[in-house]
Order: sequence, then structure tokens, then C-alpha cells
Amino acid sequence: MKDLIDILDLSTEELNQLIATAQDIIAKPAEYAEACHGKKLASLFFEPSTRTRMSFEAAMYELGGNVISVTGTGASSVSKGESMADTAKTISCYTDIIAVRHPKEGAAYVMAQAASVPVINAGDGGHLHPTQTLADLLTIYREKGGFEGLTIGVCGDLKFGRTVHSLISAMSRYKGVKFVLISPEELKVPSYVKKDELQQKGIPYVQTTDLEAVMPDLDILYMTRVQRERFFNEEDYLRLKDSYILTEDKLKGAKKDLSIMHPLPRVNEISVAIDDDPRACYFKQVLYGKYMRMALILKLLRENGQLK
Amino acid sequence: MNIDSISNGIVIDHITAGKGMRLYELLGLDSLDCSVAIIKNAVSKKMGHKDIIKVDADIPVNVDVIGFVDPGATVNFIKNGQLVEKKNMEMPEKLVNVIRCKNPRCITSTEQEIQHIFKLTDKEHKVYRCIYCETKAN
Repeated sequence: MKDLIDILDLSTEELNQLIATAQDIIAKPAEYAEACHGKKLASLFFEPSTRTRMSFEAAMYELGGNVISVTGTGASSVSKGESMADTAKTISCYTDIIAVRHPKEGAAYVMAQAASVPVINAGDGGHLHPTQTLADLLTIYREKGGFEGLTIGVCGDLKFGRTVHSLISAMSRYKGVKFVLISPEELKVPSYVKKDELQQKGIPYVQTTDLEAVMPDLDILYMTRVQRERFFNEEDYLRLKDSYILTEDKLKGAKKDLSIMHPLPRVNEISVAIDDDPRACYFKQVLYGKYMRMALILKLLRENGQLK
Repeated sequence: MNIDSISNGIVIDHITAGKGMRLYELLGLDSLDCSVAIIKNAVSKKMGHKDIIKVDADIPVNVDVIGFVDPGATVNFIKNGQLVEKKNMEMPEKLVNVIRCKNPRCITSTEQEIQHIFKLTDKEHKVYRCIYCETKAN
């Protein structure tokens, strides 16, 4: 069974195919409007979500399919202590494909092992968020025309930021890419990500706490929110939450074609005044995420023999 | 100090001094009814000091556990007072239900009857990671 748990489950060829499919969907949506007719997506969101859940559901509807939605643990037998494995086996009886978000790291992997339908990881704790990376990749592709030779700054919560880890994993496979890791000391990229994705692959990177100093070097600036929900200690969160706030004056040294991205939701780390800057891409990321999820659903259903 | 030879059982030798007790716990040797000897800080020409464990019973031994705790150890299988096989340990590629993930955010902290699996991700630095959350094993 082909699932998507980690962005590395997809080869660069598969990523390129997904991008090509998403581009085709954007150009010719009517050709895809009945592609998943009669099929159902189970949208299991055991953690809050606006974008990802609605994006998956919109994606399935726009493919002509249907959605069964579960939000929060209170509405399901998970609140009675049912295991993820049993949940997966049960829900496999009702649906053709599952998208799951869960606060525990590894939850989607456990479901995928037990389910008899494809499982998509819509975010597991502070660990992975591969479909956000798909949205990010399509955004970068459309804004920059490709992936090679880019200097990518990731800023904010790089420790718990699962979208950051997935983006680094994905982009480190392209030639000439360089990373600039901008964070407070306490929220640095975990050592295993640095080692496995950057050092072992010989990818150049710089670590700094000073966003303004590196701004002129960046082709992409990927801002992230300091995630309250990942902290066990409220005091630590309060101390770190306003570490980086992007305002217009901080962009003075930035390239004219800088792409400013953010996986959203934002709290205050990007000033609203930047929304009208043509370099702001974060709402385009939202839209592109839907198209990539459409491409992904089609791919997984086809590869698992569920679509003719 | 003299400890008798064993007739039928295993001798885990060349254990890095100080690791013997951890091996004893992870192998579950405390639950055995037979004689078990743990020798700490025995003098060793090769190592300076070493720990040794002797188990005077023909028990199955999980070499993955020994390879994980101390890949430099050796296991000698004794039958009728004779050495019948000597195994050098290696770091296993995977550990199943030997240690538990300590990350409170990991699914293994709440999922019932789940296998606790760690993968060897860095042989040089002896790093094992939980396959679910990728946290390093202690």
C-alpha cells in the first residue's frame, strides 16, 4: 500500500509528477471534476486545523468525491481509548483514503501500518507535515520557476516546526540549494535533521539569530509561528513567542524578487502590512496546497488500484 | 575473586566496565531461577577492566540486546563444561521491544500493544532512533 507519511516517501520524480498534475488541474479543472466520483476521503483531524482539513476536503469535493469528517477526539471512540491501529482498521471499512492529523508523533505511521486504504499524514505532533511541503514546493516552483540554486531562509520555531523539517528534507535533494537557519538558540533545528538532511548530503547551511543580517542573501524567506501547543512550559513559550516579527522595515535589504512564505496560521510574526507586498506568497500557498492535495489523492488512489 | 566455571549456559565476556548491570536488566536476567553471576571491574589485559556475566542455564539469549548495549562484548556458549560456540556481537540494525521511547509526544506513550522499534541511524556514533518519532534512544 502506498501511503504518504514523510515527504521522503516521494522520490524527486514523483514530486515532479505531482507538480505537473497540479499545474494541469489549475489549467483544466473541469477535466478532473469527476475523477474521484464515488470515492470517499476520511478526514480525521484529532488536532485543530483550518487550512489543512478544509484543503483536503475541498480537494476531494473538487475531484468529484465525498468526505467523511471527524474533528477532535471527543466525537470518536479515540476518547474511549481506542487505539490508532483499531481506528485505522475500522475506518478502512468506510472509506477509500484517509487523511489524518494527530497530536502524537508517529500516529499516522501507525495508522498506515494497520489500514487497508492509503493514509496521508496531515501532521503528526511536532514531527512531520508532508502535504504542507507539497504546497510549499508548488509555491516555490510557480514563484521561482524551479528549485535549483536557491538560498532558503527558514525563520522562527525551527525545533517544533514540522513544516520546516519537511521542507528542508525535500529541498535538500535539489542542486545548488543553500539553507539559512534563523532562530533563537532554544528553537534551533534538531541535530538529527541537520545531520541527516544537511551535513551528510553536503548541503551548505548557516545558523544565525540575526534575521536582518542575512535578509539580502535570501531568495525565499519561510517564516514560522512559535507554537504554543508544543511547549510543556508556558513561561518558555511567553519568552520566545515574539522572537521574530517581520515588518516592512526589515525587508529594506531584501531582494526585489524575494518570496515570503508562511505555512499559516500566523499570530504576529508577519505584519499585516506585508500582505500587500507582491513578494508575499503565503495566501497563494493556501490555494496551491489544495491543488497538490488533489494531485496526491489521485496518485494514491490510482497506485493502489482504486481508480480506473 | 574466583567464580566457578559453568557446566551449561552462557558467559558474556568483554563487557565494557560499568555496562554489566544494564545488560543484566535488559536481558531480564533478574527473573531467572538459575545461578547468575555478575562480575564488575574484573582485570583484563585487553581492556584494563571489564564486566562479565555468567548464566548457569541453557537459556535463549537476545544477541540484539547485547549488541545494542555493548557491541564489543562476546558471548560464549558452554555445553558440558566445554566452549561450543563463541559469538562476537554486532550492533543490530533494528531493536524490537528492548527499550522504550522517552518522548512524551510519541505515539508509543499512549498506543496499546505497540511494538517499540528503534533503527540504527548512525553506526559510527551508535545512534538509534525511534521509528515513530525519530527521537534518539538514550
